Amino acid sequence: MAEGGSSSGRNPVPFRGGGFSPKPIRFLGFIVFALLLIFVEIGARQGWISNLTLPRPSDVLKTFGALWDSGVLFQHLFPSLTRFAVGSALGVSLGILVGIMIGLFSIARAGLVPLLAALFPIPKIALLPLFVIWFGIDEGSKYALIALGTFTPTVVATYGAVDNVDRTLIRMGQSFGLSWQSIVRKIVLPGALPGILSGLRISLAIAIILLVAAEMLGAEFGVGAYILEAGSLYDLERLFTGVALLSILGVLVSWIIGRAEKALLSWRV
Amino acid sequence: MDLQLHNICHSYGETEVLRAVSLTIPSGEIVCIVGPSGCGKSTLLRLIGGLEQPNSGLVEQIGTPPENSLNPLTFVFQDFALLPWRSVSGNISLVLEDHGLNAAERSRIVDGVLGRTSLSDFSNALPKQLSGGMKQRVAIARALAVNPAVMLMDEPLSALDSQTRDLLMEDLVELWQRQPFTAVYVTHNLQEAVRLGNRVVVLSRRPGQIREIVTIETPLSERGQWSADLEAKQKHLWALMRDEAQAADMELVHG
Repeated sequence: MAEGGSSSGRNPVPFRGGGFSPKPIRFLGFIVFALLLIFVEIGARQGWISNLTLPRPSDVLKTFGALWDSGVLFQHLFPSLTRFAVGSALGVSLGILVGIMIGLFSIARAGLVPLLAALFPIPKIALLPLFVIWFGIDEGSKYALIALGTFTPTVVATYGAVDNVDRTLIRMGQSFGLSWQSIVRKIVLPGALPGILSGLRISLAIAIILLVAAEMLGAEFGVGAYILEAGSLYDLERLFTGVALLSILGVLVSWIIGRAEKALLSWRV
Repeated sequence: MDLQLHNICHSYGETEVLRAVSLTIPSGEIVCIVGPSGCGKSTLLRLIGGLEQPNSGLVEQIGTPPENSLNPLTFVFQDFALLPWRSVSGNISLVLEDHGLNAAERSRIVDGVLGRTSLSDFSNALPKQLSGGMKQRVAIARALAVNPAVMLMDEPLSALDSQTRDLLMEDLVELWQRQPFTAVYVTHNLQEAVRLGNRVVVLSRRPGQIREIVTIETPLSERGQWSADLEAKQKHLWALMRDEAQAADMELVHG
């Protein structure tokens, strides 16, 4: 207070605390999304957003409806979902396995961490031609690409999570004479689960990106192929329908992981 | 089963932590180890329990542990070391699961120790729902479940507030009176040492050496009322520790 020198003044102590604790606000994310769509819709209808710049959201919705009705949607969606599921299941399960080995064994750590550092920054899509030669132009190369793309981030997240397991809990297990397998299964793995799940968020988002990239480079059916075809015809409605499908897939995956975290990690403070 | 320490020396790299510690822990007694911070009390306990190996010297078990003891040397940790994803009863059954007991035997033991520590109503609670004092009660119940020959208690009450500490100390005294157990009890709190110890081992500052072993004759049951004798013991212990603590406090910490 500038006039704080006066001895007679009584002032309430100003509040300086609070903040820095994000709270969930329901529906706000949805409202932002809806407002943005409404804005584009109005712009496109009134002409200050040209049809070449952005399609009308309502048209995209119509295209989506037509796609659904004709069954073409599923023709593209099923192969994509299969590739996503198979590829990421392979990559994630191998990644968790290798990550745990690195977390537990010095030999695995010393031998594999530099290799991972070399693998991680490679844009996996650059290796697609190689995978086509190794695994064939069909599904094999796509599975391999997605698997490799999810493998590296999963390994890094997993061994970080294993490293972060409270050592006093492990000492406790040893002090009670628990077997090595028991310590790994009952202390290390549950302790690493939060880190593994948050790593999964990143891995699966990468899997979606690679899925589309792989399908763009060589697939008859799939969301990526659909987007590529629409893009080369400058059919913006169909392009955005495909993009929206990917967004929905991303939101869905993130939601499922969120549910899994709620169910499996309810013990967290 | 008694424990005997022969000439234990230990260092971490350049830092010598313990020097020539020899000590006997007779069955049925609570031996308290006190000393200034950083004097190697906890290290000594981990050496006794086999969680670390001394550079030289030997820890010996004399006699065999009781037939039904699943884990003869059992720790109680300062920070409780409960698995946050397991309930109270799950945390206790964890330490029984590797011993080939069937589910019925396990739950009988768990119920037994929960009863002994008055925790029966909390068997399904998760650690995050419990106060610090309750968590340590669970850890004590877990230690009792394996029927230890010697309990190794590493500042078990130091993470608790003073009221809770007093309550838990009474609980420990009661447990001991009902069924005397052998314990090595590391603490920096002289009041705890005088309340619980049959003998109090005073360690010097680093490198930890035994300065004196003070025997307290007053039976545990009679220590509830603070007597002149106990007061004198505590004063004596404080006199022993005071200079060491002061010197230890002034020392620079070496990486």
